[in-house]
Amino acid sequence: MSIPPPANPALLDISDVSKSFGTVEVLRSVSLQVTRGEVVTVIGPSGSGKTTLLRCVNFLESYDSGSIRIDGKEVGFRDTGTRQRRSERDLAKMRAETGMVFQSFNLFPHLTAAGNIMLGLRKVRGKSSTEARAIAEHWLGRVGLAHKADSLPAELSGGQQQRVGIARAVAMEPKILLLDEITSALDPELVGEVLEVVRSLAEDGMTMVMVTHEMAFARDASSRIIFMADGGVSAAGPPAEILGTEIDNERLRSFLARFRASHF
Amino acid sequence: MLGQIAYALPFLAQGFAVTVWVSLLVVVLSLIAGVMMGVGLVYGPAPLRWAVRIFSDTIRGIPILVLIFFVYYGLPAVGIHLESFWAAVLALTLFKTAQVIEYLRGAVGSIPKGQSEAAMAIGLTFRQRLAYVIFPQAFRRFLPPWINGVTDAVKGSALVSLLGITDLMHAINQVIGRTYEAMPLYILGAVIYFVVNYALSLASRRLERRFSFIRE
Repeated sequence: MSIPPPANPALLDISDVSKSFGTVEVLRSVSLQVTRGEVVTVIGPSGSGKTTLLRCVNFLESYDSGSIRIDGKEVGFRDTGTRQRRSERDLAKMRAETGMVFQSFNLFPHLTAAGNIMLGLRKVRGKSSTEARAIAEHWLGRVGLAHKADSLPAELSGGQQQRVGIARAVAMEPKILLLDEITSALDPELVGEVLEVVRSLAEDGMTMVMVTHEMAFARDASSRIIFMADGGVSAAGPPAEILGTEIDNERLRSFLARFRASHF
Repeated sequence: MLGQIAYALPFLAQGFAVTVWVSLLVVVLSLIAGVMMGVGLVYGPAPLRWAVRIFSDTIRGIPILVLIFFVYYGLPAVGIHLESFWAAVLALTLFKTAQVIEYLRGAVGSIPKGQSEAAMAIGLTFRQRLAYVIFPQAFRRFLPPWINGVTDAVKGSALVSLLGITDLMHAINQVIGRTYEAMPLYILGAVIYFVVNYALSLASRRLERRFSFIRE
């Protein structure tokens, strides 16, 4: 008799992941499950491992032990159960399942806004140039930049660049979108337009894991907040609970207190 | 005097053709070898990186003239006999390759790490990342020193005359040997080298503008 699959299997299953840079342990047996349609926000002081965790999910960083699975498939290592790294080709395929938006945008400066979005569609998804262009235009419209399709990144503001960055990631139809402090490099007046795009994606049911310092946004937009400290998950729960005053976690309390002191 | 020079022109033209041919071979061969080895230096496994590093440092530490004589007079000692023409091409190519390796390393190294990561994140393979993201950006940085290197190669090709190959330089010397018109002939030679190299630098400047990411 076979065991039936769980009713709501995790789309992203991070299980017992540890990682060290030399002697510094940046991730200490982190476990985190994200189901389809969830928006999970990771907060925590700098150096707590949140960005590293995110970068492990699409294997921009390797991890020393534990496993990270997307739809049941191990991300960076071969299915044989050994810790043998996937081939370059397989890794590329796995990475195409996740989308990532970066703090520093990382748009390709030699390509136009549409070109940035089309590259992956053409070379990874195998779309024709016409199809790719249509998809790029659709997503540029979604992020409010239909009129900037043929602009180079250098001709766009930071907020516009980041919206192209988001469009580039979601146009690939990833299973999960990873957002790594995507508003941290922006001037304050440009933050809102970017968060607005993220909010609308959340409403569409896009599964997201985001690292952010925008607490108000985290409270409004996420289904769950994870608080990381010293490389481990220190607290996790719905926003009201984690950001509320009842929470019985000294690290989190002092983090939020310091955070409020510096931001308000 | 002018009559004598005019009489020698076809001979000089042949020499010029050899200069162009040597330069072209050296530039193309060193570009292919240098880019491949440069990619090995930047992205390869440690043993490959070491091998390329040692090659590049060694070659760049040897005067080009020594390299030419070494290949032509030295290699026969280990059983490798090359015609003077190919010995000269090989020596100049080795020399240029070492330079191309360094230009490539510098150009690729100047591209922020985030570019590779963004390319990885959308699922591009290593080759695709190089072809569509890294090289198009690195090209702009690679071009100016490389074109400089091409003009060096054209000038450096004059050294092959030392192996008795009748390039432009050698042809000029031979005509001077017959006519004793050293001054006008050397001026003519200098002008020809200058015109070729100046045309190359002009082309380079146009290309640089063409590959700028900011529209003017």
